Amino acid sequence: MLKFANVCKRYPLTGDVLRGVSFHLQRGEIAFLTGHSGAGKSTLLKLIALMERCNSGEIWLDGQKLSHVKDSQIPYLRRKMGFIFQDYKLLHDRTIFENVALPLIIAGYGHQETTRKVRAILEKVGLAGKEHKFPLALSGGEQQRVGIARAVVNKPPIIIADEPTGNLDPELSEEIMSLFEGFQQVGVTVLIASHDIALIERMHHRVLKLEHGRLFSV
Amino acid sequence: MKLRRRKQTQEVKVPKQAKPLRQEVKQNRAAGGTAKDKLIICRDLHIQAWFYSLLRLGKTPFASAITIVVLAISIALAGSFQLLLINFQQIAGNFQTSAQISLFLRENINENRARILADTLRKNPAIESVQVISKEQGRALFKTFGSFGAAIDMLDENPLPVVIEIMPKNTLDDDGQIETLVNTLKQRQEVDFVRMDMEWLQRLQAIMAVARRLFVALNTLLGFAVLFITGNTIRLELNNRQEEIMITKLVGATNSFIATPFIYSGFWIGFFAGVLAWFIVALLMVSLRVPVEALSAHYNGNFHLLFLSVADSIKLILVSASLSMLGSCLVVFNQLNKTNPQ
Ligand SMILES: Nc1ncnc2c1ncn2[C@@H]1O[C@H](COP(=O)(O)OP(=O)(O)OP(=O)(O)O)[C@@H](O)[C@H]1O
Ligand SMILES: [Mg+2]
Repeated sequence: MLKFANVCKRYPLTGDVLRGVSFHLQRGEIAFLTGHSGAGKSTLLKLIALMERCNSGEIWLDGQKLSHVKDSQIPYLRRKMGFIFQDYKLLHDRTIFENVALPLIIAGYGHQETTRKVRAILEKVGLAGKEHKFPLALSGGEQQRVGIARAVVNKPPIIIADEPTGNLDPELSEEIMSLFEGFQQVGVTVLIASHDIALIERMHHRVLKLEHGRLFSV
Repeated sequence: MKLRRRKQTQEVKVPKQAKPLRQEVKQNRAAGGTAKDKLIICRDLHIQAWFYSLLRLGKTPFASAITIVVLAISIALAGSFQLLLINFQQIAGNFQTSAQISLFLRENINENRARILADTLRKNPAIESVQVISKEQGRALFKTFGSFGAAIDMLDENPLPVVIEIMPKNTLDDDGQIETLVNTLKQRQEVDFVRMDMEWLQRLQAIMAVARRLFVALNTLLGFAVLFITGNTIRLELNNRQEEIMITKLVGATNSFIATPFIYSGFWIGFFAGVLAWFIVALLMVSLRVPVEALSAHYNGNFHLLFLSVADSIKLILVSASLSMLGSCLVVFNQLNKTNPQ
């Protein structure tokens, strides 16, 4: 599903962040990506999101080589990924419904289908009835669930989350994690960057650790 | 969609990495549905973006108003200059009688021969109209020139020749054609001499040529001004909405999807600026009308200020809207290609 082969990433000012990272995630697998602050977790996720390009090595997603894809193809590839962020990255001047509907509208779904899918996913993350509220009127946990709903509404085969539970208390974190496990059940691959050691230990999933630009399986 | 869903459920049972079908990749580009469905969805998106962009303008009324007013002033400048040109052309047209050519025929040419000559001249494509003034008519005309005119009665014989008055075509647009006409007329054996105020006409033609050039240059400059003013406004708007653009890009939006509402903003700005410019020009005309017509009366003229025609008004607004749209288009695509989500 997702494959890194000897990937290197260097920032002009910072220097080498990833030095020959290789790993392979199967379909329907959940994995945590850990490492101390500045280890390059976000950088690795940005390579998948095509927000950054790697300097060498190859990245494959769903049989497609991401590392050499043309810029014009990036939007279409991103529709196969769901992104979740620590700071949610919601549009504050749009309602919850509009936020969640955005990927569907972009993908070209009609009004009826969009409405149906958005309602269904909001129900699933426990936000039914709040669709006409604005993000800032919700709690942190609720906003993160909006972010998750937006990430999965178009049924992407892979979900990429950067510190999704960073701002949440342990109880909420587990709630979010159980949502991820639910998606895993239907064959979605999930990669979560996190340094919430307690949470990672409790969850018993595969753990990948970044250290000095190299990746270790724990 | 069906195909994808079937594949996904299949994947749960067999978690093996399979090379995706080409079809599957394509399907991910857009949702399912027939071509007609897609067209309808696309149209709806554009209609939405159209109104949404209008709404956005309303959310920053002050900034939008400033841009629109600045644009309107530029466009009004171009519009007023065009009106000036149209009216000047009209004034020049009123003076056209001065461009009239008088052929004084030789003394031995009688009225009948003059009429035959006039008929030949009418066939000349450079000539608008031909009028024969007989000796008697000439005398009557002469008499109207006050006490001096009465002197003609003291003569036994009418000394005046038959005169043919010629109105050439396109007096103002042409350089050289009238001179050629005058020369050919001079060659005719019936003609004694030709009289025409060439110098005046040439001067007028020269002024018109300068004015037209100036008009083109000014319009080009103002066109660029419109491009830059709108472009800059849209650029600021893009900067204000970096975060939103970044998020939209991350959920798979193409540059054209993001650009559409901004381009429509450009349209609205140009449209409103065009309408406002029309009102500015109208106001200018209304305030000028009374004094100009009073001035005209002093010169026994029956000059009326011409205003922009309906077609010209529509053209003004359309040109303004499309230039502004073009300006935002250039800026939006340039900026979007440069910004990558961080
Ligand atoms: N755009 C950039 N330009 C230059 N250097 C960068 C850029 N982004 C990240 N870096 C550097 O790369 C290194 C890894 O950063 P990254 O954000 O991937 O770390 P991280 O593991 O996500 O850390 P954290 O846990 O604090 O989020 C850091 O040293 C950072 O300074
Ligand atoms: Mg990070």
